[in-house]
Amino acid sequence: MAPRTLLIALLVIAVFSVVGAVSLGSVPLGWRALGALVLHHGTPLEHTLIMDVRLPRVIAAFAVGGLLALAGTLMQVLLRNPLADPYILGISGGAAVAVLTAMLLGLSGFGLTVTAFSGALLTMLLVFTLSRGGGSWNPTRLLLTGVVVASGWAALIGFILTVSPDTDLKNMLFWLMGDLSFAGNPLPALMVLGIGLLLALGAARDLNILARGELQAMALGVATGTLSLLIYVLASLLTASAVTLAGSVGFVGLIVPHLIRLLGATDHRILLPCSVLLGGSLVVAADTFARTALAPQQLPVGIITALLGVPMFLYLLNRRTR
Amino acid sequence: MELLVAQDLAVTVADKQVCHDLDLHIRRGQCWAILGANGSGKTTLLHTLAGFRPAQGGEITLEGRHLDTWQPRQRARLLGMLLQHYEDPFPSTVLETALIGRHPHLQRWEWEDSDDVAQARKALESMDLAGFENRTIATLSGGERRRLAIATLLTQNPQLLLLDEPTNHLDLFHQLRALNLFTHLASQEDRAIMMVLHDITSAARYCDHALLLFGEGETLAGTITDVVTEENLARLYGHPIRCLTGPDGDVWTPMFSGT
Repeated sequence: MAPRTLLIALLVIAVFSVVGAVSLGSVPLGWRALGALVLHHGTPLEHTLIMDVRLPRVIAAFAVGGLLALAGTLMQVLLRNPLADPYILGISGGAAVAVLTAMLLGLSGFGLTVTAFSGALLTMLLVFTLSRGGGSWNPTRLLLTGVVVASGWAALIGFILTVSPDTDLKNMLFWLMGDLSFAGNPLPALMVLGIGLLLALGAARDLNILARGELQAMALGVATGTLSLLIYVLASLLTASAVTLAGSVGFVGLIVPHLIRLLGATDHRILLPCSVLLGGSLVVAADTFARTALAPQQLPVGIITALLGVPMFLYLLNRRTR
Repeated sequence: MELLVAQDLAVTVADKQVCHDLDLHIRRGQCWAILGANGSGKTTLLHTLAGFRPAQGGEITLEGRHLDTWQPRQRARLLGMLLQHYEDPFPSTVLETALIGRHPHLQRWEWEDSDDVAQARKALESMDLAGFENRTIATLSGGERRRLAIATLLTQNPQLLLLDEPTNHLDLFHQLRALNLFTHLASQEDRAIMMVLHDITSAARYCDHALLLFGEGETLAGTITDVVTEENLARLYGHPIRCLTGPDGDVWTPMFSGT
């Protein structure tokens, strides 16, 4: 598919997924009812249901998906490894532990995002420096380090859950599983996504070159130090924003860029916005499925993304080692 | 005119001395060969001259300005480098790959225009890759990838070309084609070439200057006729090498007996 056609197609899919997700639920609303709402003709009940309940959650889902897909794409360029993902490498876990600790200490609001950012950045520095042996990133060591660090964070989250009062337990579980039921105001995350995408797009051609190796990037005049720092900070911030909103939703950063590359967009000027759109649509669809499939029981969205992501990870790993 | 000048250059890698007190003057129109045994530090020296790593002593200037004071993009318009190895972990087409050579010539938000594409296509054609534009790089052979890397460097269009074993993986015909092209760039377009070669006959035929790296930091630089002698080469490779006069010029060959 021509890259620009793909971008437009994904834009259409994103709009449809958001509208579809808003209309689906315990009280399904048809196109006509949604149209009436937009024109301020809806009933007060419908208005509350859509504007205060469903729409914020759908926007949160879109933001989380976009943030994680963008973070995954950036990390894959830095590591030159299509298996890199904020969840697999423990970055989400680091952010979650930081947030939980901050909550225990009584922090809230903006303080949580800052703490999450520190946790994500710390994990990224830890995993990436530890797996950089002899000048280049060793993929096996990278994945092993990431997986071990991630399970370390999971143990810490388990510990915090165990010592927390029972009343908070269900609420806190979502940091572990990735759940949008308790998502707060999605607008800050959406803003981070917008700014992050803009910054990444400004460096998109540099990313195209860094994806072919650090020496090649230096040879073509890319300021590799500055660019790497931008990726570290941006990927941490994007992951932290997603985790603050929905806990550790896994595998989005792995599935999405791979699908986009498969569909023919390899230039990051197209790949980045496509990843954001597909990542957003994917989590919106997954979350809609998660809250309607076993209704009134709601599933954490992280279960759905993991069910999609694990087979894809295994497939990619198997294909690479052959 | 001098493009690249190194003075009192000292380079070490992992406690091993590559060169010390090395003076180099690379002028436009010149074609240099770098000769040395495996592990003598040819690649490390090229990376130092390209500004990828710091020198341990001395200084390097590009067009009279200290190498470190150049903006990376400005420097890349003047100085290009063919690497020994390339990574391609993500899918990409041949034309897309060649087009990254235009990067230093484009502004941040600028896209490649038809001129840039035309330059990339011309470079691909000169490396016998016309018709390969839409192939993905994963489907190319080792030699074809090498030609693509050279085409990408030609698309970058620098004035000084540092080439790390440019003839690696190339069949004989494409070796000649590449070497002829490089000498053409030096003699006809007044650019400068500096390349690592292992074939002394090619070095003696295509280059006018040579830099020998003996290991342990000893170096010798000068014109081909002064530097490439049986005596120096025997010291360089630790093995006797003879110059034979063929119908088509000199041929340098190692002594095959006694190894």
